[in-house]
This record gives sequence, structure tokens and C-alpha cells, in this order.
Amino acid sequence: MTRANLILLALIACIAALPLFGGAYTLRLGTIACMYAIMALSWNVVGGFAGYPSFATAAFFGLGAYIGGVLLARGAPLTMAIPIAGIGSFLIAALLGAALLRLRGHYFAIASLSLIEVFRELVNNATDLTGGGMGLNIPLAASAGVMADATFFFYLMWGVLLVTAAMVIAVSMSKLGFGLSCIMQNETAANMVGLNTTLYKSIAFGLSACFVGAAGGVYAAWVHYIDPSDVFDILYSVKPIVMALIGGLGSPLGVTIGAFVYLGLEEVVWRNYIQIHSGVLGVLIVLLLLFLPHGLTSLRGWRLWGRAKNV
Amino acid sequence: MLAAQILINALVLGCLYACIAIGFSLVWGVLNVINLIHGSFIVLGAYLAWSLYQGLHISPWYSLAVAAPLFFVFGYVIQRLILNRVITAPVLVTLTLTFGLDLILNNAMIYYFKADYRKLTLTPPMGSISIFDVVVPVDRLIATVAALALTGVLYLILRRLRVGRAIVAVRLDRDAAVLMGVNVNSIYAIAFGLGAALAGCAGVLMALIFPISPLTSTAYLGKAFVVCVLGGLGSVSGALAGGILLALIEGVGSTMIGPAHATTLSFVLLIVFLILRPQGLLGRKGFE
Repeated sequence: MTRANLILLALIACIAALPLFGGAYTLRLGTIACMYAIMALSWNVVGGFAGYPSFATAAFFGLGAYIGGVLLARGAPLTMAIPIAGIGSFLIAALLGAALLRLRGHYFAIASLSLIEVFRELVNNATDLTGGGMGLNIPLAASAGVMADATFFFYLMWGVLLVTAAMVIAVSMSKLGFGLSCIMQNETAANMVGLNTTLYKSIAFGLSACFVGAAGGVYAAWVHYIDPSDVFDILYSVKPIVMALIGGLGSPLGVTIGAFVYLGLEEVVWRNYIQIHSGVLGVLIVLLLLFLPHGLTSLRGWRLWGRAKNV
Repeated sequence: MLAAQILINALVLGCLYACIAIGFSLVWGVLNVINLIHGSFIVLGAYLAWSLYQGLHISPWYSLAVAAPLFFVFGYVIQRLILNRVITAPVLVTLTLTFGLDLILNNAMIYYFKADYRKLTLTPPMGSISIFDVVVPVDRLIATVAALALTGVLYLILRRLRVGRAIVAVRLDRDAAVLMGVNVNSIYAIAFGLGAALAGCAGVLMALIFPISPLTSTAYLGKAFVVCVLGGLGSVSGALAGGILLALIEGVGSTMIGPAHATTLSFVLLIVFLILRPQGLLGRKGFE
């Protein structure tokens, strides 16, 4: 295991101590921080390792939220709903990936963006199952008070983050990770030397959807109400990319730190400029891309962490 | 009669869809950038027409003449100052950048115009004509003719003008165009300006037909995606074919399985087309 990955695990372990220090607001931020880190780490598998510009994160976040939400609303326990949300997202993504990942560059980007629209419209129209545009109410579990609930969901999201980080580290050390970086560098050549690129890409796409789906399930249980325009928001697809660009594409530690930095910026903007928050976010994105193309690592001549691969 | 009405509706709407998509297609084809601001440009054009009509009682037909140069300059400046810095970067960067720009423009519109839905209502209304039970509203018909005219103007620019031939040359082979003395940066900016101008004009026409709100920009953008992929990238005739095909599918789909599923249908078709026929119906490299 490389030093950067050890630091990543240590960082995640430190976050677990958060409930000792803060109140409900801190825990809410901590839960979102874990959620963002899950999204960024997951996106990194397909976007950073394999180099495919995927904009499908929101599609699988929403899918997981609805799988989890519908199961919970029908009375399934949390311990069943979250794993099913993750596994369901994995299977659907791997199947779709086998078809979609034959596309490259712009065409793949457009197709992955369109997945969000397709899923959103499907959920919107399946009114009997999902409540359609009215949204879905998820019953409150027997509550033990505000703080207890906040702590519970924080640790739930943190647990998903831990598993995600373990998955990403395992992928980066395995033959799969090696294969994915071959695909990123030269897919045709990788195919020529006998790498089953379709299988590798499909697994990567499935893995990148799996934990995002599980996080969606936790999110649904946490906020108790989801509606299609909320969970299938294109922003959920763009945010992980911005986080990865902040932290340095391809490095798990980098994208996790990118996620935390991004959340900090977002929270400051949200608190101070509520009316124009999306505009300020846009300005941040533009400035980041124009002046820090390799993320925070381009602030200094030397590299702060990991090996930030070229975009 | 129902079939005839669906067909006429599809033709009218299809030309408007083509007009929405043609600027997007031009930018994608020439700059190799998926331009996510396109939808907001269209909405801004619609607000321009609405403001001019409400404030100064200028008919939307004249607003077209205002919108075209204004949006051309706007697009030219955005490309020169911002987009040009990352033009050689991979799709991830350029797409995310245009998304950021779209957030800014869309938020600005929500701030100034509010998110309320507005409608440009002509007084007196232009009514509708009916031939053999097929009803067509006159304003829609004129908007369609104007959309066709705009598409024709782009075709002529690309075909007849020196700068148009240069745009086609850059699209066909960027490096060879540089060797022939074409100033690629300036061509990129002109192409982006043209795309913005077409979006602005399409917005003026949309103001006559659809409600106006910053929230509708993603719907326009989605139409542009689908039309581009169906018709094939970067050709005027492809955009027309794609627009009419999309309108036809939406019309038939709405009638057969209900209007709620029309959008799903068009996006499923988009993905199927991408996988099976990524070059589109009439796809070939380069503008004619």
C-alpha cells in the first residue's frame, strides 16, 4: 500500500471522531462531507483510473436513493435497503456500461448525461411506485432524539465512505486498476495485448455506481423525503468532477481532500450568498479550470500528494 | 385527419428544434466543445424579445435583428476571453467549464427576471388558419418560416462566404487549415459567436410559442443534444432531419403512449442512436 493510501485511511479514521467535537450542524456537514467523498472516490474509478468522462454520478445517486427509498417506504429494514440500493446500482450500471462504454470522448459524455434524464423521467412517470413528481416520503425510524439520529446517519454514511475507500484502494492495487490505467493510456493497444477492455470498463462503471447508489440510499433514509428533481440533479454529476479537479485527478487521497475543500467552499458560499449561490459556484468552477488546471497541486511547483495525472 | 395534424405539427415544431440545435451543432462540430450554455443563451434571447416587446413595443420579428449581432458579440467575447484558454483540453474540462458559465448566466437570469414563467402575448393575437381540419397557429407558422430562414442563412454563410469556408476547413482538418493560413483562434471565436447568435435568435422565436423561464434552459439543451445525435453532427441538413424526426417521434409518442413519456422516449432514442449509429442519420464529416 502506498503512503498516500495510508494517509487516506488515516484521514477517514480521523473523521470518525467528529461526533466528539460538534453539535447537530457539524454532524450534518460531516455527513455531507462523507457523501461527497464517496461520490468523488467513486467517480475517480471510471473518470480518474479509466479516463472516461462520466457525467452519470447523479443518475446512480438518484437510482440508489429511489431503490432505497421505495424499499424503506414499503417497510424494509435499513440493513436490507442500503445493500440492495448498492447492488442494484452496480448491476444496472455494469449492464448499461457494457453498451455505453463503447462510446468515447464527447459521445460518452453526452450519453452519460442523458442517463440522468432517462432515469428522472422514468421515476417521474412511475407514479404508483415512486410517487412521481410529488416525491416520496420515507417514514421516520423510531427516533431517539435529534443528536442520536444525526450521529447514527453520520456513522452510516461514514461506513459507506470507509468501504468505498477500501474498494478504491483495492482496485488501485489490483490487476483491475492496472488494466484501467492501460485503458486510459491507450485503449486500442490494451485491447490488442489481450485485455478484455469491455469487461474491465463495465466493472469499473459498476463499481463507480455501486457506492454512489448506497450513499443515495442512506441519503434518502436520512432526509426522509426525496423527489426526482432533487436526487437526479446534474450538479451531483458535476460536483465530483470539480472535487477531483481540485484535488488532482486519479489520486484517491487527492480527490477526497478535493471533496472536503469543495464542501468548505460550497458551505461558505451557501451561507453568505444564498440568492446567487449557483452563480458564485459557477465562478469558482471557471476560475478553477482556468487558473488551477491541475487542482491544488498546481499551486506549488512540487507535488503535495500523490501523483496527479494529467487531465 | 389526426395523422395529418400530427405530421404538420411535427414539421412546424421540427424546424424550430432544428433552429435550437443548429448553433449547438456548429460549436460542437468546429470547436469540439459540448456547449452547455446553449440553453441559457436561448432563454436569454427569449427574455430579450419579451423585454423589447413589453418595454418598447418592438415586435419580436424586429428583435431578431437586435438579437443576432448582440449575441454574436457576446459569444465572440466569451470564446476569446474564457473558452479559448482551455480549447485544447479534453472534453471533461471544456464541458465542466461551459457548465460553470451556464450556472453563472442562469443564476443571473433568475436574479434579474425571477423564476416566474412569463409569456410574450402578441396584441392583437395572430389567430390560426385551418386547411381541411388541420389547424396551424399563424405565429407558430411564421416562427417556423423564420427558423428555416435562419438555418438557410447559416447554410449560405458556410457555403458562400470566405469566413464560412474557413470554418468548414477548420472543422474538416484543423492542422491543414492552419497550414493554409487560416487564423484558427479567430475562426473558433467566430463560430462560437455564430452559435450564440443562432441560439439568441432561436430564443426570440421560442418566446412567441413557449413560456419563458430560466428553468426551461435545460429542456432546450436536451432537445439540442437529441437533435444533434439523431441528425448527425455538424451538418445543416442533418439538424433539419434530426429536428423533424424528433418532433415526429414526440408527436406520435405523445399520441400513442401519453405526453408524459415523450421525453423519456426521445432520450432512450438518443442513447440507442449513440450506440448503434453515432454518426446520425445524415452524418458525414464537415459542413456541406
